Amino acid sequence: MRFLFKTDYEDDIRLFPHSGYVVSYGVLLAVLLIAPYVLSSYLMSQLVFVCIYATVGVALLILTGFTGQASLGHAAFLAIGAYTAAYLQKYNVPFPVYFLVAGALTGLIGAIVGFPALRLQGIYLVIATISFAFIVEEILARWESVTNGNEGMRVKALSLLGVTVSRDSPTFYFLCLAVLVLTIVGTLNLLRSPTGRAFVAIRDSETAARSMGVNVALYKVKSFAISAAITGFAGVLFAHKLSFISPEMFTLQLSIEFIIVILIGGTFSLHGAVLGAIFIVMIDPFLTYLKDDLPGIIAGIAATFGAGTQSAANIHSKVAAFASLNGLKGAIYGLIIVLFVLFEPLGLYGRWLKIKLFFQLFPLYKRATFKRQKIYVKSERNR
Amino acid sequence: MLDFVQQLVSGVALGCVYGLIALGFVLVYKATEVVNFAQGDLMMLGGFFAFTFIGMMGLNYWIGFAAAVAAMALFGMLAERVVVRPILGYPQFSIIMATIGLGYFLRSVSGMIWGTDDFKIDTPFSQGVLRIGSLVLAHDKLSVISATVILCALLYLFFNKTTLGTAMRASSENMLAAYYMGIPVKRVVSIVWAISAAVATCAGVLLAPITFIHSNVGLVLGLKAFPAAVLGGFGSIPGAVVGGVLIGVIESMAGFYLAEGWKDVAPYVVLLAVLLLKPEGLFGLHLRKKV
Repeated sequence: MRFLFKTDYEDDIRLFPHSGYVVSYGVLLAVLLIAPYVLSSYLMSQLVFVCIYATVGVALLILTGFTGQASLGHAAFLAIGAYTAAYLQKYNVPFPVYFLVAGALTGLIGAIVGFPALRLQGIYLVIATISFAFIVEEILARWESVTNGNEGMRVKALSLLGVTVSRDSPTFYFLCLAVLVLTIVGTLNLLRSPTGRAFVAIRDSETAARSMGVNVALYKVKSFAISAAITGFAGVLFAHKLSFISPEMFTLQLSIEFIIVILIGGTFSLHGAVLGAIFIVMIDPFLTYLKDDLPGIIAGIAATFGAGTQSAANIHSKVAAFASLNGLKGAIYGLIIVLFVLFEPLGLYGRWLKIKLFFQLFPLYKRATFKRQKIYVKSERNR
Repeated sequence: MLDFVQQLVSGVALGCVYGLIALGFVLVYKATEVVNFAQGDLMMLGGFFAFTFIGMMGLNYWIGFAAAVAAMALFGMLAERVVVRPILGYPQFSIIMATIGLGYFLRSVSGMIWGTDDFKIDTPFSQGVLRIGSLVLAHDKLSVISATVILCALLYLFFNKTTLGTAMRASSENMLAAYYMGIPVKRVVSIVWAISAAVATCAGVLLAPITFIHSNVGLVLGLKAFPAAVLGGFGSIPGAVVGGVLIGVIESMAGFYLAEGWKDVAPYVVLLAVLLLKPEGLFGLHLRKKV
């Protein structure tokens, strides 16, 4: 086990606490950089979605994980980014310009949403953000002169410095990866700055933060604006990746998916956003794979345990029928959310930390290290 | 004028359904400070149970209704035991997520069991109409309105006059203190969930003749019930129903008098306005934390 000896504050807020970090992240980056030349085009496409979802996840972490303001309206921010890009692209605005404009506009709208949110807490904030998302969705469907209504908008391949970058090309992947890495590094820097510390203070106790001189209103609005702006950037990439956007893509369902990203990844660290994004993007191909192969596998197991050919075929068809039921994916989603909340509230990254600590402290690891305290007295109504 | 009254009545009937769902939110919130995002889906499931008993097994309407309510009350207790009890006392965010997950699960599973078609339950109120002058009121709408009034009154009396109701209010204020006072908090919470699932079932069954039962009905109506609950002040039983009726009327008026598209948005615009101007709602208590 490595002991970090910190002598001043600079040591404490260092991005790479020791050389191990540099090596492991360097290796990860190298793997990601050679990925397009190794992986199949389908997996590459999924990897681009991982980058986009992780970017939104980081944005949501800033707001929900670090400032403590839950939002179920991030699909709306994504939509605003995507539609701004699609609209400006029609007027031949170059990519870097509309990329920045989309982020700025979404950030502005985020700040505007943040103002009413100042008075709201917990459940009320969740409901308010849901309403905001509904209103945005309806506006997108009705404002036909700009958004083309329910018919949706085509998004042309983006052109960067005069070169057309197709949505399946490695260059597009590198672009998404660059946005994700810049977002993560930027967020890490933000979180170790006074602003980030104010966010965390607000999350932990608003009253305490205020009495320490934190301007709660200002920082909440800032948090909303930053989170929305990052989501807006992701929205531009999302629009280009899908090459077609319509209002029904940006529903509550998508907002819930984003929340699932951080919930499953872990709400206390940026690692969570990436792990959660990998999980949510990869669960689809995984379920499809199960759907195709599970009947065969189970029938095979049944056959090994002495089931006759007839009954094995029977089992095969039954499992296949079950696996192709319509709502199975939704049911599994729901089950995953509930199971994570019940058994692994710290998410995948929390699980990783626990495993790491288990081996570091072996044989002294105690489960109670990560036990959360239950509070039965605090009434969130009287805050 | 006649149009207006007609819209008003159908708005009130629709609003009563929102109110009934909102009642479920409020009950659970009052007793446990948990907001149950799966309330609409409990309603949907109740509707499906009633459909199974009445439509498929051919039971008498009232017997089927009662059986569905009883079954859903048990289901509510089960859901509380499995999903909510282990995380009581954790931050609200966890519980919200857990109930969202539960809703997702229920929606998909009932889609798998009953299919994705629309279902209709034959009720004694499906056909008749009441004529007052030239005003035509369908019995199904009147049945929703009267059932809502009765349920609301019963629940209000229950919460304010009975020992169990008082125990529920106490455990919502401060679970630990209530526990020290000898209130069996766990049992109280599970009874509340049973009641709220039963109320949701009533909503689902009464709704069946108006909008059909399908696996997504809970999501659509459940989300509309939020503005109702907030407007009434989360935590007030009459407030939930009044809020629901207001939202229903606003929605049906917006659908009739305003441009297309306003109908679906109007409840949320109202909700945001209420949250901005009067976050504690019409009937809510305004509480401040004492430091």
